[in-house]
Amino acid sequence: MSALKDAGHLFRFAGLFLLAFLAFLVIRHFVVPKSFGQYGHYRAAAIGEIAAHPIKFAGHQACEDCHTDIQDIKKAGKHAHVNCEACHGALADHAADPASVTPVKPDTAVLCVRCHATSAAKPAGFPQSTPHSDAPCQTCHNPHSPAIDAGGAK
Amino acid sequence: MNLSRRHILILLPAAAVAWKSVLAGTPEESPNYKMSDHWWSMLIDIPKCIGCGNCVRACQTENDVPDGNFRTWVERYHVTDENMVSPEVISPDGGKEGFPAVEADKGKYFFVPKMCNHCADSPCTQVCPVGATFVAPDGVVLVDQKYCLGCAYCVQACPYGCRYIHPVKKVADKCTLCYHRITKGLTTACCEACPTGARQLADLKNPNDPIHAFLKTHSVQVLKPQMATGAKVYYNDLDGSVR
Amino acid sequence: MSGVEGFMYPNEVGLQWSVLIVLYPFITGLVAGAFILASLERVFRVEAVKPTYRLALLTALAFLLDAPLPLQLHLGHPERSPEMYFTPHSTSAMAMFGYVYLWYLMAVLVLEIWLDYRQDIVLLSQRSKGLLRLVYKVMTLGSSNISPRSLAIDERVGWVVTLIGIPSAFLLHGYVGFIFGSIKANPWWSSPLMPVVFIFSAMVSGIAAVMLLYMALTKLRKQKIDMRCVDTIAMYMFYIFIIDFSLEMLDLIHRIYEADESFRSLNFMVHTRLYFSHIVIQIFLGTITPLLLLFLTQVVKLPEIVRKRIYATSGTLALIGIFAMRWNVVIGGQLFSKSFLGYTTYKMALVTKEGLLVSICLTLLPLFFLWALVKLLPPWPEKSLHAPAAGD
Repeated sequence: MSALKDAGHLFRFAGLFLLAFLAFLVIRHFVVPKSFGQYGHYRAAAIGEIAAHPIKFAGHQACEDCHTDIQDIKKAGKHAHVNCEACHGALADHAADPASVTPVKPDTAVLCVRCHATSAAKPAGFPQSTPHSDAPCQTCHNPHSPAIDAGGAK
Repeated sequence: MNLSRRHILILLPAAAVAWKSVLAGTPEESPNYKMSDHWWSMLIDIPKCIGCGNCVRACQTENDVPDGNFRTWVERYHVTDENMVSPEVISPDGGKEGFPAVEADKGKYFFVPKMCNHCADSPCTQVCPVGATFVAPDGVVLVDQKYCLGCAYCVQACPYGCRYIHPVKKVADKCTLCYHRITKGLTTACCEACPTGARQLADLKNPNDPIHAFLKTHSVQVLKPQMATGAKVYYNDLDGSVR
Repeated sequence: MSGVEGFMYPNEVGLQWSVLIVLYPFITGLVAGAFILASLERVFRVEAVKPTYRLALLTALAFLLDAPLPLQLHLGHPERSPEMYFTPHSTSAMAMFGYVYLWYLMAVLVLEIWLDYRQDIVLLSQRSKGLLRLVYKVMTLGSSNISPRSLAIDERVGWVVTLIGIPSAFLLHGYVGFIFGSIKANPWWSSPLMPVVFIFSAMVSGIAAVMLLYMALTKLRKQKIDMRCVDTIAMYMFYIFIIDFSLEMLDLIHRIYEADESFRSLNFMVHTRLYFSHIVIQIFLGTITPLLLLFLTQVVKLPEIVRKRIYATSGTLALIGIFAMRWNVVIGGQLFSKSFLGYTTYKMALVTKEGLLVSICLTLLPLFFLWALVKLLPPWPEKSLHAPAAGD
């Protein structure tokens, strides 16, 4: 047994290790989030947290539910598949409480040009135009159905 | 769909209530979403992209993306007649305000919107030391910003350059496929804002998804297929010069 | 977009990993290298280097204590770093670091130092006064047994610890190479050679550091430098340096020959933005010059004073060269675009928490740790409180 006596200090060192390891396990039990590992090596609760972020764009369905007159004009024209908020910007707060937020009419001088300004980089079949009038675009082109013969100015 | 005044008087408050529950964003309010029913991906139709930058602006608005960082961006390629190997590529401020006009020449131009590819075998989630980024059961690659250390290892590991460290929150950030929208039956902000339908959300587990038919009848590619990342953003008519 | 040439993905323009991440592999490399030098005596019985044995261990410990600091300063949320211990992701090389570091610190380095010094610690705990006495008493873990039998057991166990310590040291620094080498997204990093190159350059840097420290501290203490010891250390440094250089040249030749899609872009980067740090500093000044100098000492019989100057010069140049190697890997890997169409610049800040000033402080801090350790546990043979044992 003298061998063990002379190795006593090693057992103390190992004992310290063991103590630290047990302390680690205890702390770990309290610190690791409860939902961790539910679906994989991550905190499952994060999925719900991310899904709960606030929404800024209402989506065209919400607009069409109320603005049926505009939708009637739009669905027959060239901008049928251009969603409302693509031009009008994010309006979820208007959809939630229409009276509280009045959407600002977009500036056609900037808006129309962004898509329709002529550039050789754009796909060939896409309608492009150089500025051909001093008047604002909507004088002749209804933004909801822009073809000239489709109904004229708004 | 012609609604009488009476219908509108009923519909308006009903819509408002329904919308409130959508905005509330609590899982209990939208109990119909089951992760295992979905496997999200996206289709980007190159011939339709006009480089207007609507998607970049919409994403920034919807997700509070800080200036100088991009969850999505648009690149403009110019493959010249003289050099068909190395294209000239620009992405001024990520294409946020569109691109400068150009004159036609002997080369070809096209636009390539880029975003997180929500890889099925993602190299970024592989390297995260703590499990702060992961592939959710419905195929979306997400970042747990309450758990992330901000070590930027995932940013280094992404072959597509779609990640960044949020300058204020100091955690990894990237496209979430507008997870907070798609789990409520909405489409992503970029798809919503795209005026030409160049970007379309797809659910590969949905048998009625129109993208299924599209994938079977068109030539589609992913970015950097040699990396074998299992990228799920499919490009229609992607030129070989795209990096 | 100042400093950008060509096209870069918009999120790539600013570098993610700064000079702090250059420092980290440099410091852990010194740790691994210093330990290998110590193991030369303990395991491979190279008697000649015995005067540096204890100093090498203390040097390794001083740098190992400093190593986590650049990482903590770099993290966006350093307060969350314990997550790496509580929920380590098994597919992440970085996560495995936490445990490798802890293992190496406690089960190898601290244990080996404690076992080798235990007799001194017990004696010092009996002869000191005041707070120092308490410190030594704690370090004895309450055991004052320094019988020949217990010391013999220490010797045996210490030998096993050193034996395990060699692959552990390789693991400690090899995984750093793997952290870079396993990233398929980055062709400057992705290579199976990366961990091997890191390990060998680490050995050179660690050995050079201990050699320089030994020479400097011995001179400061107005003692005579053991030339047999230093000659042997320099010889080992020379041969390991040759292996390191060969591996780096192999990587280079392989890249040039295969010329894959990344080659043009990387080649351009090395010839322009990395020219000074890679060609001038790392290769010519930091590798070829010290190799030639050391070669001279191996083939020509030179007087002692000349040898000392050559060792000091080549040791210093080697350290600079290996720091440059870490710089070229970490910073270089972020200077080019993954589209292979453009380049950016690294603007190193001066006074921010990831800037030059902090880096200098973090490099000097381990020397301060070493000073404290040398005071607490003197490594000099003539300062030992006991006559060296037969197998010591």
